[in-house]
Amino acid sequence: MSFQAFVFYALSVILLFSGVRVITAKNPVHAALFLVLAFFTASGHWLLLQSEFLAIALVLVYVGAVMVLFLFVVMMIDIDFDKLREGFWKHLPVAGTVAVIMMAEMALILTSPEVNLSQYGAGADVAADYSNVKDLGRQIYTVYLYPFELAAVLLLVAIVAAIALTMRKNKPTKWVDPAEQVKVRRDDRLRVLKMAAEPRVEVGVSSSADDKPAV
Amino acid sequence: MLTLTHYLVLAAILFAISVLGIFMNRKNVIVLLMAIELMLLAVNYNFIAFSHYLSDTAGQIFVFFILTVAAAESAIGLAILVVLFRSQQTINVEDLGSLKG
Repeated sequence: MSFQAFVFYALSVILLFSGVRVITAKNPVHAALFLVLAFFTASGHWLLLQSEFLAIALVLVYVGAVMVLFLFVVMMIDIDFDKLREGFWKHLPVAGTVAVIMMAEMALILTSPEVNLSQYGAGADVAADYSNVKDLGRQIYTVYLYPFELAAVLLLVAIVAAIALTMRKNKPTKWVDPAEQVKVRRDDRLRVLKMAAEPRVEVGVSSSADDKPAV
Repeated sequence: MLTLTHYLVLAAILFAISVLGIFMNRKNVIVLLMAIELMLLAVNYNFIAFSHYLSDTAGQIFVFFILTVAAAESAIGLAILVVLFRSQQTINVEDLGSLKG
């Protein structure tokens, strides 16, 4: 067995194990952490497939951002997760049948001699001075520029949607309406009173006896 | 020698595992979202494997966009989950019958 094959099988075992643990873990925090492990091993596989940029991006974007978000949410909500697991194994016969049939079908198709996937061989190794990042970057900013900008807009929409959904509106927040502020006129704020002049009255210094409380 | 078949079968197994997860965790929205993430990972495997064995980087660019969409999807999904928990005090899918659909 070559070194590459050894690495592939070792990573595959870890990946499938962590995939199974993600869906069977009792505690969702454990599930999220096993999902992190699955992403790390997937990143290793992608390095084997010589797509370095995506391998790093998977760790940075998924483990660094999305999974931290998952962990935040799991720890933030206070829920009896045992209650959610009632009837968990009840669905196993149906679900297992569907999954096994699906897996068997796909494996049969992929390994069938008529499909002949082995014609692609071991995959061409790239040249030593080939830069995956440079290649992808050049394509994204030329051929795929329009989809790239759409992706940027999509992320913006996601930010706005996530903030708009979770912002608390019932809390009495203090705020000013600039339009109302600008519209204000003198008459709204200032009232000029006309009153008769009064003679000035000397306010005498009150005697100290008055200050004392009545006994 | 590692061939395309290795990676595609691995991705198929991973996809089947996440389908199993969606069937079995039908009450817990958080684990449902995680199973969807696993599914997207399995799909990305296919794209990258084909990209490598066909020496065509278009597959990798597709994975790049899938990562973007998946990140947006999980962010909005989790935001909905938080709002749901705030208003219903539950994330059980079976309790969400207020629309009477």
